[in-house]
Amino acid sequence: MPLTPEEVEHVALLARLELTAQERARFTEQLNSILEHFAQLQQVDTSDIAPMSHGAGAANVLREDEPTPSLAPEQALQNAPDQAHQCFRVPRVIE
Amino acid sequence: MSGAGLHELAAHELSHLLQTRQACAREVLADVWRRIEETEPELHSYVLLTREAAETQAAAVDERRARGEDLPPLAGVPLALKDIFCTRGIETTCCSRILEGFVPPYDAEVVSRCAEQGLVLVGKTNMDEFAMGSSTENSARGVTRNPWDLERVPGGSSGGSAAAVAASQATVALGTDTGGSIRQPACFCGIVGLKPTYGRISRYGVIAFASSLDQVGVLAKEVRDCALMLNVLAGPDPRDATCIAAAPPDYAQALAPDARGLRIGLVREFMEYQGVGVAGEVGEAVRAALARLGELGAEVEEVSLPHLDYSLPVYYIIAPAEASSNLARYDGVQYGHRAERGDGDILEMYSRTRDEGFGPEVKRRIMLGTYALSAGYYDAYYLKASQVRALIRRDFDRAFARFDVLAGPTSPTAAFRLGEKTDDLVAMYLSDVCTIPVNLAGLPGMSLPCGFTAEGLPVGLQLVGRPLGEETLLRAAYAFEQSTDFHLRRAEPIAVREGRRCAVSRRGAGAPR
Repeated sequence: MPLTPEEVEHVALLARLELTAQERARFTEQLNSILEHFAQLQQVDTSDIAPMSHGAGAANVLREDEPTPSLAPEQALQNAPDQAHQCFRVPRVIE
Repeated sequence: MSGAGLHELAAHELSHLLQTRQACAREVLADVWRRIEETEPELHSYVLLTREAAETQAAAVDERRARGEDLPPLAGVPLALKDIFCTRGIETTCCSRILEGFVPPYDAEVVSRCAEQGLVLVGKTNMDEFAMGSSTENSARGVTRNPWDLERVPGGSSGGSAAAVAASQATVALGTDTGGSIRQPACFCGIVGLKPTYGRISRYGVIAFASSLDQVGVLAKEVRDCALMLNVLAGPDPRDATCIAAAPPDYAQALAPDARGLRIGLVREFMEYQGVGVAGEVGEAVRAALARLGELGAEVEEVSLPHLDYSLPVYYIIAPAEASSNLARYDGVQYGHRAERGDGDILEMYSRTRDEGFGPEVKRRIMLGTYALSAGYYDAYYLKASQVRALIRRDFDRAFARFDVLAGPTSPTAAFRLGEKTDDLVAMYLSDVCTIPVNLAGLPGMSLPCGFTAEGLPVGLQLVGRPLGEETLLRAAYAFEQSTDFHLRRAEPIAVREGRRCAVSRRGAGAPR
């Protein structure tokens, strides 16, 4: 089931990547060749195998809900491309 | 100290000289700095040097020692950091255009620990962008060259850290290892690389790639240095919920020069992936290393872990899936690059920022991961891969019922040429085929030099331990290392530059053992 350039465009939209026509063509070809390599996984019998999602066996870690020091607003904003009134400024979202 | 400059020494040797006042931290730093100036134009291991801060740190160590303070063992030892660790007030880019100019307001936990122990930060090292790569050619900051052969890659993604230690531009370095990014460059550069058990070292302040696989570790000249560094780095951190709570032992106590009673399994699938064997010289060097461990008292047998034959597809689904989520944060809002906007909307600003900021391999993996997680494909890709991952871990668990340590090559070949694999993605991915399963299973692994090819390139032996089995792992590695002299050979990039054939210089006698 090879990926079409239209599907690649859709994935790019989901990933918030604006691809050039050239990138779209190249990724379509490369992703298809990688996916072809992945197909071999379907040979493995995984019935009744619980998926492993974590290297150490994930478990909740709890602590007391106590305030601890955190970054000051100036520090949190020091790398912002654009800011105003102690907030990150972005292009208009609501008309 | 006849025959050996301070820059050439291992960290434990420097530690001895510093503690017995045969050398001071400023002298050590000055010698390392001369070495950097001499070799950096050829190698480009570093993307940023922090000379002034280093001189201040070294002077502070000397001053404290002069006052009679009892300093930690590695105080005064020069350290390089992969550019993936957040350093307060020092630019941290992950070698990506999207983080150009990013100056973290805080230190990674491991950076604080190294500073507390008095290690002297020399600079930030080159890497594949966001640690995605096996050759450091995916860096947005230029390529790093292998000190043993300037036409070859240093491996990756911690290629700058490996080259810096191999060329004695730093005594030890920190790296990260998601699928082999410490062990494979250590192998290509002829040094020792240690990736501990997942969760043994805090990832707080380490820029995330694939969070269920990423682990911090050490690149060093000798096994003892890895043990000393692990003593600095290991242990719980309340700011990383995946960090293991158990208190770490003193790893230096684990080092013993024999392998008596150790059961070591040579993993068939490390020697041969899907029926294709490793390079002849690599296989021979690894078999010779196992024979040597046998002479040192280990029982060595072959063992098969059949699901390792699926490691590559499993990894290249899981790691990009996690990356696609982790890298969603680079959107031009809080930090890093933002595209100049015309009159577009916010979606256009995000998409254009990310298109301009990410390099091709990062985009490819974001695309792959987004696809593998998208509606309709999740079961076929991500879920399936996570189930096969469980089978890989089960194979390891079964093998560790019979063996204390598993072994094989670190990479199927020695260092390849610059540009050789940049157009063949699967060939590039294959260079991590022996290291990837260890991350999938969350186990500790090491690479150590075990020979040289006819062309003079280092070959790496990989050893793998049980979860939290670092002590046994270090013992096996140390026993092997101490019975060979591979770790005493130093890359000589200047001789290579001048066209002299032999890149190997044996360090002079007289260094303290």
